[in-house]
Amino acid sequence: MTPVLDLEDLGFASGAHLLVERSLRRLVPGAVLNVVGRDPALGVHLRGWCREHGHGFAAHSTGGYALQRGAADLQRWADAERAGSPHPDELVRHPEPHWGLAARGALVESGGPVPLSFDLDDRDVVWADLAPRLYAHAAAAQWDPNVAVDWSASFALPADIESAVVQVMTYLVENEQAALVIPARLLARVHPHFREVQQLLAVQAADEARHVEIFTRRALLHGSEMGTSSAGGRASLTTLLSEPDFSLASFLLSVLGEGSFLSLLSFLDLHAPDPVTRQVARLARVDEARHVAFGVAHLEHQATVDPTLRGRLRAAVERRHDALIDTAGLNADVFDALVVLAAGEWTPAAIRRGYKAVGELQRNMDEGRQRRLLRLGFPADEAAELSALHTRNFM
Amino acid sequence: MTATLILGAVAYDPKVVTIWEGFRQWFYQAGLPFDFVLYSHYERQVEDLIAGRVHAAWNSPLAAVRAQRLAAATGRRVRAAVMRDTDQDLTSVVVCRADSVLTSPGDLKGRSVAVGAVDSPQATLIPLKLLADHGLDVEADLTVRRFEVGVGLHGDHIGGERLAARALAAGEVDAACMIDSNHLAFSRDGTLPPDTRVLAQTGRYDHCSMTIVDTAPADSADRFVELLLGMSYEDSRLRGLLDLEGLHEWRAGRTTGYTQLAAAVEFTGFYDRAGRVTAPGYVP
Repeated sequence: MTPVLDLEDLGFASGAHLLVERSLRRLVPGAVLNVVGRDPALGVHLRGWCREHGHGFAAHSTGGYALQRGAADLQRWADAERAGSPHPDELVRHPEPHWGLAARGALVESGGPVPLSFDLDDRDVVWADLAPRLYAHAAAAQWDPNVAVDWSASFALPADIESAVVQVMTYLVENEQAALVIPARLLARVHPHFREVQQLLAVQAADEARHVEIFTRRALLHGSEMGTSSAGGRASLTTLLSEPDFSLASFLLSVLGEGSFLSLLSFLDLHAPDPVTRQVARLARVDEARHVAFGVAHLEHQATVDPTLRGRLRAAVERRHDALIDTAGLNADVFDALVVLAAGEWTPAAIRRGYKAVGELQRNMDEGRQRRLLRLGFPADEAAELSALHTRNFM
Repeated sequence: MTATLILGAVAYDPKVVTIWEGFRQWFYQAGLPFDFVLYSHYERQVEDLIAGRVHAAWNSPLAAVRAQRLAAATGRRVRAAVMRDTDQDLTSVVVCRADSVLTSPGDLKGRSVAVGAVDSPQATLIPLKLLADHGLDVEADLTVRRFEVGVGLHGDHIGGERLAARALAAGEVDAACMIDSNHLAFSRDGTLPPDTRVLAQTGRYDHCSMTIVDTAPADSADRFVELLLGMSYEDSRLRGLLDLEGLHEWRAGRTTGYTQLAAAVEFTGFYDRAGRVTAPGYVP
């Protein structure tokens, strides 16, 4: 018996095609659907719609219309495929380039564009099982720079102590700019199949954007001038920007650079002479710890599947060291500012104390780097050697 | 060696290059040398077809009608080789606003009608013939307002129909002419209010046609037709091109769908029996 669809007074200018399509979908190609309705333009529109969608159309002499189901909609999806599984524990090693921007697990119509920009498409290169959890944590830990810091806290520092704080903030901003740009560039190259990695890198970039804001805001809290930016410092950061390899960039930035920064931010939290500086350092440190965790987790995973990884990591450190050998490394203004900031006053005893604290900071950084290198499977002596080759600019 | 099949196509839109360049590669992969020539209007394309400068012409229905007349007058033969599934059984409608006092085509006497370009089969020639068949003297009884967009493109450019619809919506005319599917599209996209009334509907007619002239290399022409008819909408290498060209499958050509248009051409004196352009003021 031929099925009948009664559209009542619903016309095609008001969505009648949805009911027609639904009824046709239940039929096999060639089968007939009778359509009746009271919209005055129904016959005109149904004819045009059927023609454009590959269905047959005939008007009954007694009123109503006979539609013969076509196959174009079925043909369109005949060789469609799923873009893998939606679940992060069922990732494929090499997602298809033509899945492109499709949601993971979506049914992908064939014949679409093949984006060439997602060249980071090997699970073993970009993935870490920790990524979904780290992303969830990162998303939950976002804070509003406007309210997370008590910008109205009242304090006054001697002018040259304040200058030291401004110098350190200026240095931090410069480093955070690099830390913002690098994940932003990498995330645009990650195949969307690994979306948790994209999301994590996106939040990482957003974290750095907030850090740039709070460090700038602290620098200008009591004045209107930023500190200095040395050629050597910028040279060190520029070598990070030029590293195209995902693992090596992640290693240099997150494991070694941001790893060192954890010690620096702890130092500021401990020694900074005012509550706002301590607060901004503490907030940034929590975020940076997450970045370091992903970098280490991702490389730990990769080291288990790629025996050449450690050799490449070592070569990357050496290459960067060689590239920077003729540069000054850390901005001397920054080093001095850290001493003054930790000293808090201009007495010989205080300067001695500050100098000692910065020495401890450098040892802490070195120990932290060696610890992370050990986790990546480097033997202790090699870890010590590589840590010593790390840029004097800290990041 | 297979002779190169040369097709004429009218460049009514930049996508024409994408379509025929895509098909060209497909034909080459299938062993058929193929090239195409783009024209800015249909008249020269048809003249070149009959003169043998191209072997096949992707013709508007009006160009297909003219090709038949030119061929007959010069001792050539043309065939309607293939057409799009979406080009069979179109109708055009004459519509008025919901609040109009008009109830039948005859009520248009003394009133204004918006149509497309002078050479549009669907929005001008066939609908005006329909109104004449309803007893209206097109020149004496009607003020015909033509929207001359893309003259020479035989109505391929939808602009004329859209402007006619806009004129109706704006209350500048009493009725407007368009294809059934464009009435739906204009009702959906807001060009027309959703409740315009259909005053008259033409009988079914066909649209574009692949015309092949008898001077074309026979093997290449046959292979060309065979390859077109073999194109599958399931094939993702072709589907994008078929979507651009607006079809799901190529069907065997027919000329039975041009009866109304031939009568309209006769009625308006658009071409003479020998296929010469005789429409007054028509400059493609």
